[in-house]
Amino acid sequence: MRPLKTLQKLYDEESQVVITEKGSPPRALFSGENFLLENLPVGTRVIFPRPPLAGVPNVKAAIRWAINHPEGMEPLHALLRPGMKLTCVIDDISVPLPPMATPDVRQSILEVVLELCADSGVDDIHLVIANALHRRMTEGEMRRMVGQKIYDAYYPDRYYNHDAEDPDGMVELERTPCGSHVVAVNRRVAESDLIVYVNVNFVPMNGGHKSMGTGVANYASLRAHHNPKTIRESKSYMEPGHSELYRRNERIGKAIDKHLKVFHIETALNNRMFGPGVDFLHKKEEDYTEGDRLKFHAMRYALSKMPRAAARKVLNSIPAPYDVTGVFAGATEPTHAKTLEKSWQQYVVPVQGQSDIVIFPIPFISPYSVNSILNPLLVQVMGLGYFFNLNRGVPLVKKGGVLILTHPAFDEFDPVQHPSYIEFFNRVLPETRDAVQIEQKYEREFAENPSYVHLYRKGNAYHGVHPLYMWYWGENGRQHVGKVIVAGAENNHVPALLGWDRTDTLTEAIEEARGFMGRSASISLLRIAPTVMVDVK
Amino acid sequence: MPAKAAFYDVDGTLVKTNVVHVYAYYAMNRGSLLGTLGRTLSTAASVPLFAAMDAVNRKAFNEFFYRYYAGLSEDRLVSIAEDMFEDVLKPALYEQTRDLIDQARRVGCRIVLVTGALDFSMRPLARYLGADDMIANKMQFVGGKATGKVIPPIIEGANKANAIRSYCVREGLALEQCHGYSDSASDYAMLSVVGRPTAVNPDMRLRSIARAYNWPILDLK
Repeated sequence: MRPLKTLQKLYDEESQVVITEKGSPPRALFSGENFLLENLPVGTRVIFPRPPLAGVPNVKAAIRWAINHPEGMEPLHALLRPGMKLTCVIDDISVPLPPMATPDVRQSILEVVLELCADSGVDDIHLVIANALHRRMTEGEMRRMVGQKIYDAYYPDRYYNHDAEDPDGMVELERTPCGSHVVAVNRRVAESDLIVYVNVNFVPMNGGHKSMGTGVANYASLRAHHNPKTIRESKSYMEPGHSELYRRNERIGKAIDKHLKVFHIETALNNRMFGPGVDFLHKKEEDYTEGDRLKFHAMRYALSKMPRAAARKVLNSIPAPYDVTGVFAGATEPTHAKTLEKSWQQYVVPVQGQSDIVIFPIPFISPYSVNSILNPLLVQVMGLGYFFNLNRGVPLVKKGGVLILTHPAFDEFDPVQHPSYIEFFNRVLPETRDAVQIEQKYEREFAENPSYVHLYRKGNAYHGVHPLYMWYWGENGRQHVGKVIVAGAENNHVPALLGWDRTDTLTEAIEEARGFMGRSASISLLRIAPTVMVDVK
Repeated sequence: MPAKAAFYDVDGTLVKTNVVHVYAYYAMNRGSLLGTLGRTLSTAASVPLFAAMDAVNRKAFNEFFYRYYAGLSEDRLVSIAEDMFEDVLKPALYEQTRDLIDQARRVGCRIVLVTGALDFSMRPLARYLGADDMIANKMQFVGGKATGKVIPPIIEGANKANAIRSYCVREGLALEQCHGYSDSASDYAMLSVVGRPTAVNPDMRLRSIARAYNWPILDLK
């Protein structure tokens, strides 16, 4: 370990961008369930997350204020009538990451809303989890999300997961004349007098029209935007103005708003992902104290000695102490505009120009692997789907540039949560990686496979079509970059099936990338997590 | 005409029971009261033997077992089959069986039951589930009485796979698009021959095979 004083060189402490110099400290990078400690070449631009914004001092007071001063709608209490049918639709476990320390903000919102409903004589209330084609949440997860009291009062008859494959459970609101685009929502939701959407906004892609248009829809409805064409036409998923995905969701959302009365409650969180003990991960390595460095080395050593499943268990059991930075309520669009504003404030770091080579450290978790395994398709979606799109319309990597991911790329799948992923990875990818071809040849078959439908409805499995969506999700990244290298991959076949190169170390990966892009290639590292987005000027 | 089919083993896959129970029911509902008592006792005594034989060799078990039907009249067997369905099979159906079959039907699969049991004993179940077809063993009848012999080939093990293959050829179905469901490693051949095999409440051997080949595993309740 180098002496601390040589590491604490002069740099702009306020800036989130640090240019690596000779003698800069090595970087602590996620690589699955482990960490790498890597020296980067001089001149590498390291982009750090912004420090967490201060949370609102009293979350429940903020919720009450928001629902009493909504955007473009009457206050919630004015919408409540005795005897009415009300449904609270709740974001599922895919946000935030990692799951937040209890009480979850969804619990706080529901406690306020349900109390208000009781005071207004509204007792026909259902709580529906907007899991779309995601896996059903387990009983334990559902209890944790809303707290014991609400769980006891509502589960299982009035608190349940949305079932997109229930033959009697969906209502079609609209259909284009040719029948290709369908707007369908959960029956209980469609038949409610008022819907209260309880949102947790973790990245700007969530919330707004996507909440209802995706969360309580079915496969027929999702096909309108979950397809390779839409993804290819999206410059960034995170910036509405550059997202065809957003535009299509908007069309569906507007149709839903025409038929149903939806009162959105959106919450913005800060990026305080790591609690006491591991909070040094929020810092720049330059700012590590001796204690931080000791803790980091101890943690890294312990994780490297544990079996992977045990390391996963340990990491999954650490909740994140997020703070709520804002609560907004009311009609879909004005509410979401406020949330987006808060979101940019927390996540966006302005940077000058794109880079030839960009490094993304891939952590152990994704929206689709909570309490499960980050399988190869999810590694792909983290790199080429989510991290690639953490920008406001201009990707961090140049067109034709190289993306380096740090992950072991192990060949491990969870047969309970991701059964259809296994078939997709072993049967479809060896044949083709062309998303359009995959959509045409395989999508319907995977979506309709009765075994996968059964596992989605009765087990805790992602829908049969989900691995295809994961593949489409990486499509704009795949179309943009010239090469992907996975540094530290423990086998050859996973990177090969995904169409990537592999190296043993990050240094080798950078060498290979420079060989591809030229010796003077510029390099950027997005030091994620916590969440950070770039605004490339 | 659907281009694909879903083939379901019955015992242990769609219903909790197996052929031993079915036979026991027949034995108990046969002939006079005294005779019934005697056969019930002897059947009860034989059940552990059946179970042991079933575990060792399904083919030998079937051949041995069907001899017990000798001498029963066809109409009697058919009428007992109706009662047996109501009393034994229907209560033993997994709750989720119907959903699984309905889903297959919704996506255009033809529903076919493939069972080592005798066709007349499974017909009420097939009707109840709305199955389009059934591949089952057929008892030989002479002069309206069962001979105790099954018309070969006996539907079990590799023969199930052959029967499914011939069925697909005959009906113009794409075998690689077809689904197969079974609970037992003895149906490994049947599951291997279809393009989309699934293990349902599998025994230990089938569970490990399913894991090795990455077949989906369903646990019906």
